[in-house]
Amino acid sequence: MPSHLILLVIQRLALGVLLLLASSVLIFAGTQILPGDVAQAVLGQSATPEAIANLRTEMGLNEPAVSRYLKWLFGAVQGDFGTALTNGADIGTSISKRLGNTLFLAFWAAVISVPLAILLGLIAVRFRNRWPDRLISAMSLATISVPEFVIGYVFMFFVAVKLRWVPSVSMINDSMSLMQKLQSIALPVIVLTFVVLAHMMRMTRAAILNVMESPYIETAELKGLSRFAVITKHALPNSVAPIVNVVMLNLAYLVVGVVVVEVIFVYPGMGQYLVDHVAKRDIPVVQAAGLIFASVYILLNMAADIIGIVANPRLRHPK
Amino acid sequence: MTMRIPVSALIGLTMMVFFFSLAVFAPLIAPYGIGEVVGDVWEPMSAKHWLGTDNIGRDLLTRMIYGARTTIFIASAATVLSFTLGTLLALGAVVLGGWVDMALSRFIDLIMSIPTLIFALVVLSVVPTSILILIVLMGLLDTTRVYRLARAVAVDINVMDYVEAARLRGEGTRWIVLREILPNALSPLVAELGLRFIFMVLFISTLSFLGLGVLPPDTDWGAIVKENKEGLVYGIPAALAPAVAIATLAISVNLVADWVLNRTTSLKGGRNA
Repeated sequence: MPSHLILLVIQRLALGVLLLLASSVLIFAGTQILPGDVAQAVLGQSATPEAIANLRTEMGLNEPAVSRYLKWLFGAVQGDFGTALTNGADIGTSISKRLGNTLFLAFWAAVISVPLAILLGLIAVRFRNRWPDRLISAMSLATISVPEFVIGYVFMFFVAVKLRWVPSVSMINDSMSLMQKLQSIALPVIVLTFVVLAHMMRMTRAAILNVMESPYIETAELKGLSRFAVITKHALPNSVAPIVNVVMLNLAYLVVGVVVVEVIFVYPGMGQYLVDHVAKRDIPVVQAAGLIFASVYILLNMAADIIGIVANPRLRHPK
Repeated sequence: MTMRIPVSALIGLTMMVFFFSLAVFAPLIAPYGIGEVVGDVWEPMSAKHWLGTDNIGRDLLTRMIYGARTTIFIASAATVLSFTLGTLLALGAVVLGGWVDMALSRFIDLIMSIPTLIFALVVLSVVPTSILILIVLMGLLDTTRVYRLARAVAVDINVMDYVEAARLRGEGTRWIVLREILPNALSPLVAELGLRFIFMVLFISTLSFLGLGVLPPDTDWGAIVKENKEGLVYGIPAALAPAVAIATLAISVNLVADWVLNRTTSLKGGRNA
């Protein structure tokens, strides 16, 4: 790898670390913006002054915000997120299990949606402005216009309740075999696939069209190269970067889509954990889960950028 | 250029007018009171209750109409907030340039590096939930996207000759922002308005569905889905009614926005014409 490329990658890595740090500040600050008192907000208006004072000490609210932030951040980096206010459970332990479940769900959704989206994107380009392209565009417009939970409940109603093909609730636990687990998550995986498919297809289509309309493709065709050679030698190397970029961005999107889908199917993952504890105003849990979601999102975006840099032939072979 | 409205945009416009009139005239149209229990739990559709009844026996059609009012009100208010703030910040940043532009743009980048839903959930875990807070929160979070678009548009306009001329004849920053750049930036921004509105509808519906948005006694479409979702397992489709409404509204706004977008890009001539 040439040295200027390494430099670009290092720059991007540094920017990623900076963003991670800044986002942790934002998440921490986001829970401090209340003009009143967090302890009061957690306990409600009817709480006694003693209860509030106790909670303040327990949450360390008597210390200045900066030292609380640093303590929280150093703990978080080592996997120690403190304990939940609502049940006193260790947050790190609860999260590690749920994060595994969420990644399991997101992994299978990605395995199905990525190849499908690229295939459909290719079909849309191949039959550009003819009916397959129009059908694909119309479908993606429809899915983009609809919130995740609508797709989720429509599928649940027709596939799980009316047809009884799969269970309507996606319970999962360690005693289940892989096949049982897969059957259990079939519906959420389908819904997630739908959610990201539209975006990914549109972006893939745009990326490939962009390459296919370049002058060098025309030159290659005019040289008399076979269609196959044009695609493999000229189009493909230039499409890798944009397509990988599309895939990574949508994996990031998937991470957020998971929140709603988990709530619909009562799936024991990070999303449900976060939403439950927002309602209970359990701030340490919300901060921890929020930080993890944000980090995964930022890391995937960073990966997209870095792969884009490394795969870009223009950067790889400078003049 | 002739003013011919394509069929798809016409359908979209009709549906939008329908939904907005529902929202405006909700108390006049709704057959029953918003919290009035008028029948059994989850009654099927009938002449008396066109959409049946909900999870505690309220008229579903009435709930849907009031839901339209809340959903559309919150989404519109938040869109107006994000648009005004995002556009003004962006134009200000471009005209002032230098470190103001730099600092503001990097700060917006930072906020956008955290997924909107996650950020909203973090904030909602501490602030008391009310309709005003939801509007402000959604409006502020979406200001980032409007800012990015408006800045990109304004950067192009800022270097035009007529802006330069205004500067040379000694106009102030206010004049340049409001009289020179804003009128010319407006048409691409208006097309985006529809998309932002849809995003707001989806956003508030999602929050309410998660139980973190509109709270009783008010209701919106997302909350109606949440209230009636248990019925789905017993084969009662009440929760699908608001789901269909959200989808219909979003698609019709999309159709209109598409048309406006096509019109404004063809007006520009050149590149995309």
